[in-house]
Amino acid sequence: MSPLLRLILQRLGLALISLLLVSVVVFLITAVLPGDAAQELLGQDATPETLAALRTQMGLDQPLPLRYLHWLGGLVTGNPGRSLVSDAPVMELIGNRLPNSLLLAAVTAVIAVPLALLLGTLAAVFRGGWLDRLLNNGAVVLVSVPEFLIATLAVLLLSVKLGWLPALSYASDIDSLSGAARVFVMPVLTLCCVVVAQMMRMTRAALADQLDAPYIEMARLKGVPPLRLVLREAMPNAIGPIANAVALSTSYLLGGVIIVETIFHYPGVAKLMVDGVSQRDMPLVQTCTMIFCAGYLLLVLIADVIGILANPRLRHAR
Amino acid sequence: MGARIEVENLRIVAGDVGLVHDISFTVEPGQVLALIGESGSGKTTIALALMGYARRGCRIASGRVRVGEVDVLTLAESGKRALRGRKIAYIAQSAAASFNPSRRLLDQVVEPALLHGVLERAAAERKAIALFRELALPDAETIGQRYPHEVSGGQLQRLMAAMALIADPDVVIFDEPTTALDVTTQVEVLAAFRRAMRERGVSAIYVSHDLAVVAQMADSILVLRHGRMRECASTVQILASPADDYTRSLLAASRIGERAPDVSAQPSAMPLLEVTALSAGYGRVRDGKCEHPVLEDVEIQLYAGQAIGVIGESGSGKSTLARCIAGLIAPAAGTIRFGGHPLPATLAQRDRETLRRVQIVFQHADTALNPAHTVAKILERPLAFFHDMDANARRRRVAELLDLVKLPATLAERSCVGLSGGQKQRVNLARALAAQPDLILCDEVTSALDPVVAAAILDLICELRREVKASYLFISHDMHSVRAVCDAIVVMRYGRKLAQIAREDYARGPHHPYYEQLARSVPELRTGWLDEVLAARPAPTGVFVP
Repeated sequence: MSPLLRLILQRLGLALISLLLVSVVVFLITAVLPGDAAQELLGQDATPETLAALRTQMGLDQPLPLRYLHWLGGLVTGNPGRSLVSDAPVMELIGNRLPNSLLLAAVTAVIAVPLALLLGTLAAVFRGGWLDRLLNNGAVVLVSVPEFLIATLAVLLLSVKLGWLPALSYASDIDSLSGAARVFVMPVLTLCCVVVAQMMRMTRAALADQLDAPYIEMARLKGVPPLRLVLREAMPNAIGPIANAVALSTSYLLGGVIIVETIFHYPGVAKLMVDGVSQRDMPLVQTCTMIFCAGYLLLVLIADVIGILANPRLRHAR
Repeated sequence: MGARIEVENLRIVAGDVGLVHDISFTVEPGQVLALIGESGSGKTTIALALMGYARRGCRIASGRVRVGEVDVLTLAESGKRALRGRKIAYIAQSAAASFNPSRRLLDQVVEPALLHGVLERAAAERKAIALFRELALPDAETIGQRYPHEVSGGQLQRLMAAMALIADPDVVIFDEPTTALDVTTQVEVLAAFRRAMRERGVSAIYVSHDLAVVAQMADSILVLRHGRMRECASTVQILASPADDYTRSLLAASRIGERAPDVSAQPSAMPLLEVTALSAGYGRVRDGKCEHPVLEDVEIQLYAGQAIGVIGESGSGKSTLARCIAGLIAPAAGTIRFGGHPLPATLAQRDRETLRRVQIVFQHADTALNPAHTVAKILERPLAFFHDMDANARRRRVAELLDLVKLPATLAERSCVGLSGGQKQRVNLARALAAQPDLILCDEVTSALDPVVAAAILDLICELRREVKASYLFISHDMHSVRAVCDAIVVMRYGRKLAQIAREDYARGPHHPYYEQLARSVPELRTGWLDEVLAARPAPTGVFVP
């Protein structure tokens, strides 16, 4: 087996172990929360007898490790159980919402990643100049303003003041192109503000580091023109850290968009999860958490592999 | 063919501060001019200005640079780019940092020829391989397929020379090209450089702080100090009859002889330090053997008052030996006895008294001294820790210590950030002395210093040997400094001790062949030394025997 493949399999194995540990933690946390699903379901009608009966029926009287294994088995085989609230299969609930979330994340990523790379590269090339200072200060401002404030300001300006866009999103609007645009503008705008700023700063730092290296001076003294200097010489050495920054930011898009989806009433997974938490719909919450974690681990794994491929020291590790 | 280089009234500034003042010189076609001076003298800045290049924060304020028919400083940026790598090529000091770590060597070597449209790719690669052969690189056909981290420092330096010569430049700038290399490698690289230069008749600027190396390479020498020209004359004249005081002090520093020892180690029955069958390294230890051994089966006996020098090339394990004795690395096998008792393996296991008796002085005073502390605070630390002195006693002792290392007492309240390299190294020594140790481990204490400053530090150590009762283990890759200070030399290679030679026997050879090779490889301060070394060799270096 080639060392490269072994390295990648190693990372994959580590990611799977992490995911397993996460599943234990998620299960334990939801298990120690006060009140169980049976109590929640019966509500005020609960008597000790009905509670016990329902617990037996739902398998809640079994010991914890057994319940965990049962749950994990279901999760792996794609059957994480039924929602306690609507009694619909959790997979079906999530299946309805996940494409919406992925679409939102994808649209944001398609706009944010190239923009952030471009701005970060410009800032690194002109480091110390006015453009660099402007971009850096702008990024600091955007990062430090909470996203619910950005979202609220966007609604105030674009919907209330100017009346260009609806303040809320509805899934049915996505069918037509103009409708989709109207739905997406504000959530994407809000998400971009946060994500672009983070990725841009990381790109700038990674690239500026390389541009100050002696080999760049050497390349300059060989007569390498500026554009080639940045793209051919410096960029390959900065790709590892940049890929990691992009992975972190995009994984945030997967799981951390709760506030944005809630404010704009966007029908995504994060909104589903928030509803699940408020209704103690544990199978739903557990599955959503696991999906977010898996997405995060997958992105970080991809970033790791890109970092390895870009670095000949790791690629040709002996 | 070589081009004529003319520099007139060159002035380079950083902000409002002048770095290089009013430099003028001429280099005839095919000649080599050396720029020599200590760090900060502006020699690299001048060399880079020949390519119309100034580092970030610096600016070429005025002056004229002509290379052949081209007036370099009046060119637009694109014109300068057309010049760089084509007419004027640059060979940097640290080849390891100057190659792009993520691109194959061959791609980088042929790049100048492709960028300037001199050759097609296939022709350029053929030429590169021919150059590899000419520069005596092993595996000339395939070495270009490797990445920079896969070849040695000496090979990288020669690959960089191939990169410089690929587009047949008229002028080559060498910026301390062998400073980072071991002496034995240096001889090979110098020989390869010089052959390639002579065959092509290119003009060259050779930047260095090492007069002995320059004497082998340059036709004339320009001596710089603080960005000003002190003297410019032919190499022979500078070596024989220097006109300037500073040049004389440079020459004196390069001719450090053996300093009179004056201290004879009192012969005592029991050695102060006795290292027996010491092995150490990295990775897992199994049956007293490391996964990656650095030191194997080393024995050393050091008597009270004695100074032993440990010499070897990089990777020979000499620093690891010092670190084992200091307790920074736990040995895998063997024993270290100190004053008759076994020395615990790690710092944590040693009591305060044992810690006090063994002190280490590191190579880079810059990183060994806390930049946030004043000199007094740095020196008072060991006084309070080892000797429980009160504030008054500490103050008196700090003054004594500064006096001992020949620093003015007024320095005590200054932060060590503003001190010069030599002053920092003196503070570094004073800190070790503050503990009143029995054994001082000096790990390459002069290697990062300019020659004049290094010579002064060696003088100081010799004086300290007379005034302070202590033993020294003096680790260095520099034969001159070890000979200057020590009563005996231990020669190490590949983690093993090869030989031990006493001071009385230095001149009486022949010793271990590797010691002889090391001694022969140290450049001597006269022209023609390199020719003699090369002539004395059995086989020409250009032939690589697989």
